[in-house]
Amino acid sequence: MALTGVQIFKLLPKTNCKKCGFPTCLAFAMKLAQRQASLDACPDVSEEAKATLGEASAPPVRPVTLGTGEKAVKMGEETVLFRHEKKFVNPPAIALEIKDTDSDDVVEAKLQDVIGSEINRVGQLLRIDAVYLSNDSGDAGRFGALAEKVAQKAPETAVIVGTENPDAADAAIKPFSGKNAILHGATEANAERMAEIAKSAKAVLGVKADGLDALSSLTEKVKSLGVEDMVIDPGAKSAREILEYNTFIRRAAIKKNFKPLGYPVINFAQRDDALFESLVAGLGIAKYASIVVVSSAEKWKNLALFTLRQNIYTDPQVPMQVEQKIYKIGDPTPDSPLLITTNFSLTYFIVSGEVENSKVPAHLAIMDCEGLSVLTAWAAGKFTGSKIANFIKESGIENEINHRELIIPGYVAILSGAIEDKLEGWKVTVGPREANALPAFLRSAQAA
Amino acid sequence: MAFVPPKESFAGRVFPVTIGTGVQQTFGGENTLPFHSFEGEVPNRPLIAYEIQDVPPEDWPETVRKLYDGVSDDPVKWAKYCEEELKAKAVALRLVGTHPDSKDLSAEDAAKTVTDVLGAIKVPLIVLGSNHVEKDSEVLVRAAEAAKGHDCIIGKAQEANYKTIAAAAMANGHKLIAMSELDINLSKQLNILLTQMGFDKEKLITDPMCSALGYGLEYTYSVMERIRLAALAQNDAVMQPPMLADVGMYVWKIKETQAPEDVLPEWGSLEERGIAWEAVTASSLLMAGAELLIMRHQKAVEAVELFVDELM
Repeated sequence: MALTGVQIFKLLPKTNCKKCGFPTCLAFAMKLAQRQASLDACPDVSEEAKATLGEASAPPVRPVTLGTGEKAVKMGEETVLFRHEKKFVNPPAIALEIKDTDSDDVVEAKLQDVIGSEINRVGQLLRIDAVYLSNDSGDAGRFGALAEKVAQKAPETAVIVGTENPDAADAAIKPFSGKNAILHGATEANAERMAEIAKSAKAVLGVKADGLDALSSLTEKVKSLGVEDMVIDPGAKSAREILEYNTFIRRAAIKKNFKPLGYPVINFAQRDDALFESLVAGLGIAKYASIVVVSSAEKWKNLALFTLRQNIYTDPQVPMQVEQKIYKIGDPTPDSPLLITTNFSLTYFIVSGEVENSKVPAHLAIMDCEGLSVLTAWAAGKFTGSKIANFIKESGIENEINHRELIIPGYVAILSGAIEDKLEGWKVTVGPREANALPAFLRSAQAA
Repeated sequence: MAFVPPKESFAGRVFPVTIGTGVQQTFGGENTLPFHSFEGEVPNRPLIAYEIQDVPPEDWPETVRKLYDGVSDDPVKWAKYCEEELKAKAVALRLVGTHPDSKDLSAEDAAKTVTDVLGAIKVPLIVLGSNHVEKDSEVLVRAAEAAKGHDCIIGKAQEANYKTIAAAAMANGHKLIAMSELDINLSKQLNILLTQMGFDKEKLITDPMCSALGYGLEYTYSVMERIRLAALAQNDAVMQPPMLADVGMYVWKIKETQAPEDVLPEWGSLEERGIAWEAVTASSLLMAGAELLIMRHQKAVEAVELFVDELM
């Protein structure tokens, strides 16, 4: 159970030596209780205190890494239930299932889907993070052969080896030894052998049981067998079970500091219909999964799931910003109109989308206003006549366009005089207040 | 160590809202987080309404426009098609043709369309303006009168025009959508203003403003979660009306539902991408607390209904 600041304080040296960076031992204890400091910062803490506090001060959801290298996926470390409270930390891995009963062609095609899944969206590289190998045949040799093929053809891809048969597990985990693969998994029946195999391959152990009571007993057992890094599978099948189990696991870990369920969660979203599967996978992404297994990786589905994952894991306290520059929408010429707005990403998305809808090619000047929207930036003095004038002059756009007309958002019509004063030879036109009026505005301006 | 599920129960409850007179539909009514029937009561499914318009949907992308070829030239045919062929549980008529930048149709034109559509369907009707604050306060007043006795939802009332629209909804026995822009405080303030003028809070639907996947979905998602927590955990009655996610109109105007595959091959099939975009936006907002959805594509609606089946 979580200790209070005062309980922690009693275990500290009480010297107020400040070596931890905090003014007093009590202040340090309070930070430890909120999990905003690490016990390592105290050089004088006793071994006894370490043992007691180590457990209590560990993060509520254990950090576990899947895979190695640049594409490794960090999991766990979550601290909240709702994203408005604090940023969700580690976005879930999406794993494509490959069965050992799939034909060679299917295996090949799926590996290509995974390798070619990378997309750049708003500056982030997003991809299918892992493959989940299923031992559907029940045959150890066949499963081992699939593992060899995957290791050879997709050497950088993280792997989850899915079987309850220790012989098959042993055969299939070998090619991924030392590569932070997950062996999924251990059950009540096979836990001892699976723990040995996972330890010798330095793999994370997936632990599965039906329901949360059985699952918590099993993680305790696996831990006593010397395995620390686990992912947990409560056996959820329906969307309702995913929601129920994931919610209880996250709550138990965070609110009760219940260690036996303080591990990243793996969910299985496979459905016959790809569209429906994307909704079940989306539930896992929104509601606390660390790994979501899917059965297919269509590009359209990947894009929707990657985008959802990015949205849900955005930091709610930091406005999303886009880079300050003059964006080209469509294929603008030196005579195309020039519009300006702020660099709040939502503003950028909506305005650029509407300009695109208008089918009128345009130059869109996005000015750095620390991620604030137009009215907020204006009110905060970040979107003013002189700042806009400076940005336009320094952007070099004057060398790229033939005209000297700047379209400003309707909400800051008041700025038009100030901009014209500072930007000699320029004419300021007041655009619509709302972006959805831009297509009509741009089309009528073009016709005139 | 034995595991005791950390169940949570709440003092507050979302108001159940029933609409329609022929076929009635009820949504809301839960006293727990979305679909948490393992620790509270979730008496009603969310309601999905099919969106239609008073004018042909020229600006809808091909993927969704083509579904309504042959019926979308006439709102009466279109509404009947939704009810009879698509088995719509409710229809949302958007009077977009009344917008000054569209056809600038009059309030009288709108009232006639509402009357005609109501005469053609049995399922409940949601009547939406064109989101032009001045014009809506004229159009929705006449529309509410024309729909008197049908127990519709009228919307959307915003801070700038709520008085006339709310008065018309109240006088003609309708429910009302109160929309504000992605801010829990603005949303609360508008609901307070409406109740202060005598509008029954149990007849309100809160629209915290929708956003599409990839275009601010996280803002709508978190505002909805915060409103729902205020309703349940803080038992704040002003925040207890059910919530609307007006999904279709936000989804079917963005690039991901329009850009062809030959231009962006890495995005995959345009048709399936568009449908998935609407369905994923809708299902995510259901998880955040929406109980009333307005959608356009049959396949997206069907997938979301199937998803709800698995959650209930």
